[in-house]
Amino acid sequence: MTEKILKAKDLKRGMKARVVSINEEEDVCPRLLELGLFPGTEFQVVKIAPLGDPIEINLHGYKLCIRRSEAGCLRLVELD
Amino acid sequence: MLNSIDIPKAARALPQIALVGNPNAGKTSLFNALTGSRQKIGNYPGVTVEKIVGSLELEGQQHELIDVPGLYSLTAISTDEEVAIGALLESGQAPELVIYVLDASNLERNLFLFSQLAETSLNVIVALTLTDVVKREQGEIDLAALSSHLGCEVIPVVAYKETGISQLKDAMVRALADPRELELDVGFPQIVLESADRVVDQMNRWGVDLKRKDARCVLLDEHCTTGDRFREIPELWNVVEEERAKIFGHTVQAKTVDAQSRYAWAAKVKRDSYIAPTVPRKFTKSDRIDAVLTHRFFGLVFFLLLMYGVFQSIYTLAAPFMDLIDGGKTAFADFVSPMLAGAPAVQSLVVDGIIEGVGSVIIFLPQIMILFLFIAILEGTGYLARAAFLMDRLLGWCGLNGRAFIPLLSSFACAIPGVMAARVMPDQRSRLMTVLVAPLMSCSARLPVYMLLIGAVIEPRYGPIWAGFSLFLMHFIGLAVAIPVVLVLNKGIFKGKRLPFMMELPKYQWPRWKDVLLTVVSRAKVFLVTAGTIIFAMTVIIWALLYFPRGDEKAYKAQWVAQGHVAQGEEFDHFLEMRQREDSILGRFGRTIEPVFKPAGFDWRLTTAILAAFPAREVVVPAMGILFGTGADVDEESPSLQSSMNAAKWPDGRPLMTPWSAASLMVFFALCCQCMATLAAIKRETNSWKWAAFAFGYMTALAYVLSIAVYQIGSRFG
Repeated sequence: MTEKILKAKDLKRGMKARVVSINEEEDVCPRLLELGLFPGTEFQVVKIAPLGDPIEINLHGYKLCIRRSEAGCLRLVELD
Repeated sequence: MLNSIDIPKAARALPQIALVGNPNAGKTSLFNALTGSRQKIGNYPGVTVEKIVGSLELEGQQHELIDVPGLYSLTAISTDEEVAIGALLESGQAPELVIYVLDASNLERNLFLFSQLAETSLNVIVALTLTDVVKREQGEIDLAALSSHLGCEVIPVVAYKETGISQLKDAMVRALADPRELELDVGFPQIVLESADRVVDQMNRWGVDLKRKDARCVLLDEHCTTGDRFREIPELWNVVEEERAKIFGHTVQAKTVDAQSRYAWAAKVKRDSYIAPTVPRKFTKSDRIDAVLTHRFFGLVFFLLLMYGVFQSIYTLAAPFMDLIDGGKTAFADFVSPMLAGAPAVQSLVVDGIIEGVGSVIIFLPQIMILFLFIAILEGTGYLARAAFLMDRLLGWCGLNGRAFIPLLSSFACAIPGVMAARVMPDQRSRLMTVLVAPLMSCSARLPVYMLLIGAVIEPRYGPIWAGFSLFLMHFIGLAVAIPVVLVLNKGIFKGKRLPFMMELPKYQWPRWKDVLLTVVSRAKVFLVTAGTIIFAMTVIIWALLYFPRGDEKAYKAQWVAQGHVAQGEEFDHFLEMRQREDSILGRFGRTIEPVFKPAGFDWRLTTAILAAFPAREVVVPAMGILFGTGADVDEESPSLQSSMNAAKWPDGRPLMTPWSAASLMVFFALCCQCMATLAAIKRETNSWKWAAFAFGYMTALAYVLSIAVYQIGSRFG
């Protein structure tokens, strides 16, 4: 399995990623934790809104829409 | 004795039961099934923004049932969440029983909030919703396993089919008779629990009684409310700080540990109590629909076509009903009028003031009801959430939010429900911005002006296609202007954090027609009650300002004869009436300030009509009817009003109504805040007249400047 660092703005449809760390001091990031985006969580990008943002991701058996900018406090790696 | 979790029971008349759960877990449907007082059920996450109360009888005893706004966690990031959490945890507020509404099709995320609730002293049972969805996807829930993990009763319900409701009521009776605190162990790391024990010991030494779970809460979340009573006491807080440093050092983050532990627990509960389908389906029906409706090209095309279709429908579908109402109004006026012929002032008050006033309220019902029919259907199917998803980029870049779409779309029918719907915005700042731009959306009360002017000026010259397109443009202009307004508000007036956009797209479903109908009827009622009364009162006041003082008929007759006409017949009557209006209080004022509006292409008649419409723009068409000498019993489709407008001239003989003066007038009405009721709603929502005054001021200024721009620039090109 190859892993490479990924930025939220580069997430594409169908891509799988894992959260490696989160900066919980940033604005909305505690809410991301509560919604299940903490280190170790793997997700797949399900949809991307026609205008490029927000995106819908599949995690912990459910789907969540978030803005790319608000996923900025997540450090992600791409999964194959 | 200090003990934060022993929440004192409220001194209220009836025992209280609270419905708590994640947004979209089916709380509102369950609330309706339990109380019987059916109200709005939506697919859009966050639709329950107010504390909704109903009453429920259990074994002959009345209970108060509250529908608490949807929550993701007990840590609030918005005012709405604060309110919801306050209703549960604030001292004196605690309900006797909490029904936790657990979405069976999304167990893990829904169990996160449950795990937090289980640590409070609340008396909780679980209503398991959306089991029909799980079944449809060929999954299964092991209720016994789930119940034993959660430590409380779990009752499956399908609210709209009323399945499980009586079992839930029985469980409620049992839980109320035997209230229990849950003992949930989500399995936090050993190091955290040992630390919590040390904190408890230390606190006890200081004489503070603290439970282990409260100590753990403070360790993992420094803002945990159980720490409130000693956060300000340095000796006590130091105990917590020292233990935090021991656990986490300076690297690992406490909230992360908290969330990880809870989700690990939730995953275990799901493993033990959810039997997954043997052949998992890769794509659900919703996925296939979304492949088209959120497609980057077809999704947007569909959205635009849908919106365009909605407005064309209002244009064509409402018309026959409006004709019917208008015909009824005229017939009634004709019936009443001769009875009062002996007293012209009373006759005019009844016919032009009261009947006109009532008529001008009812005339909007068809449009409002048709538009809300669309909104309710979109909401019921789940498309409204997609619309927010599609539109977030468009609304989000300037500081709004895809969720502003609902209030803004509602404002296209009427800004009053729109302004009130701005409560779906999860933070104060975006809510305020939405409230301030909502009145820019072209509400249905502006339609008669557009229809009058398009019918009189645009359609005869350019045909029905351009007429429809002009109507579409007029609805678009408010939206287009709102964007820079928000941008300026965002940069200039409000400072602070941008609103996070986190929501779910519910599965598509057929709307529940009862709820659609209820939405339509309740919106109509809101309009009649809140806006209707004000509109009616204003119509009567404006009638008075246009009726008094009565001028000298002999002088008018002399004028008419001096122009070489014969002093009799219908034309003479119209001339008399027009001269009366010209010399009325409002007419004189309109003449005085005519120069102010002349650059926009408005003469004293249009100016007076605009002035008459400031309290409520609905009155503008009858006002124009009077001012153009065709009498008040006209509507936007009256040929007499249309032709007399087309015949109207400036003193130098140029025609008053050109395509550009019509466009200018429509732009003015599109942007100006001519509605007392909206201002009252803004005042109520923002709790200050300041914002109402601000909305009035900026909109009037914009309307004035842009209508002049349209007229001046347009007239140069033809």
